Amino acid sequence: MEETQFRIGDRVRVKEMYPDGHHRTTYFVKGKTGVVNRYFGKYENPENLAYGGDGLPLRELYWVEFDINDLWDHEAGKKQDKLYIEIYEHWLEPV
Amino acid sequence: MAHSHDHHHGGHVHHHGDHPHTYSQDPGAHNARMQSDDAYREGAVAQVEHDLDYYQVRVMALLGILREKGILTTDEMRRAVEEIYGQSPAIGSRIIARAWVDEGFKERLLADADAACGEVGVDTTGINRVVALENTDTTRYMVVCTLCSCYPRQILGQPPTWYKSFPYRSKAVTDPRGTLKDMGFDAPDDVELIVIDSNADCRYLIIPQRPAGTEDWTEAQLFQLVTRDSMIGVGDPLTPAQFEEAMQASEQVS
Repeated sequence: MEETQFRIGDRVRVKEMYPDGHHRTTYFVKGKTGVVNRYFGKYENPENLAYGGDGLPLRELYWVEFDINDLWDHEAGKKQDKLYIEIYEHWLEPV
Repeated sequence: MAHSHDHHHGGHVHHHGDHPHTYSQDPGAHNARMQSDDAYREGAVAQVEHDLDYYQVRVMALLGILREKGILTTDEMRRAVEEIYGQSPAIGSRIIARAWVDEGFKERLLADADAACGEVGVDTTGINRVVALENTDTTRYMVVCTLCSCYPRQILGQPPTWYKSFPYRSKAVTDPRGTLKDMGFDAPDDVELIVIDSNADCRYLIIPQRPAGTEDWTEAQLFQLVTRDSMIGVGDPLTPAQFEEAMQASEQVS
């Protein structure tokens, strides 16, 4: 079994970073807490690929699950409704 | 720069958004200047249909340079364009119909969608990873790319305009049930609605529920019920009754 930084079921927070360059972490999940529910493997880092780089080192890519109502100040859905989003390891911190 | 004389684009609407009309070569206007004033007006109107959008001109210029420098050949470009236009939601419909009639295939599709697509001759090498998700009585998925327009083009063709629109991309994550309602679909209150933000390496294919009353339908018949929107998760496949209705309507047209 591959050693990964996070495991399925881990509670994680998306780091609240605002780098100038290209990144795939959407603003509305920054600083939010969710749960890792799937691991996709290692992928080239788009923050480096976007500028002609080689995308290395590879980054672990996870699905993070959020209650959709935790993401907004308003009631965005029913209590059971969710948002799943792909987040690279370097954007996640354990809670 | 711009035009050599001050002519008026009568009723000539440029959909340029936020950038200025900066290109100087305006072939329609150039030809029109050779003509009399009346003919010129006709030329200007005709040009509405022929006008090259700013980005089209840029793309053409870029392609010209790439060709001149020998980086791309005309034939390579033609093949790339043919490939793009050869992709259509029918590819996805074929995969879904197979999944509906073949439980083993569906399990493999859910476990490793890239391999399962390969099994039925669908090439997904342009996608880092395809992920298939199955709608059930208790769980429904809908896909959005809030960042841009990420979409499994090798499986569903080019994304519809609404998928790329700002209203869909923002409302899908702030009010997903309202978004579905806008699109004519009511998600049952007790279903768990899962919005998938397709923001990175994965591209998603929703396996919609097989419509009731299709137990004795063949794979080829079922194929005709699978809609593009049902594979994005914003609608259901056609019911047999809806399919019948659509067939009758198209017969009346032809």
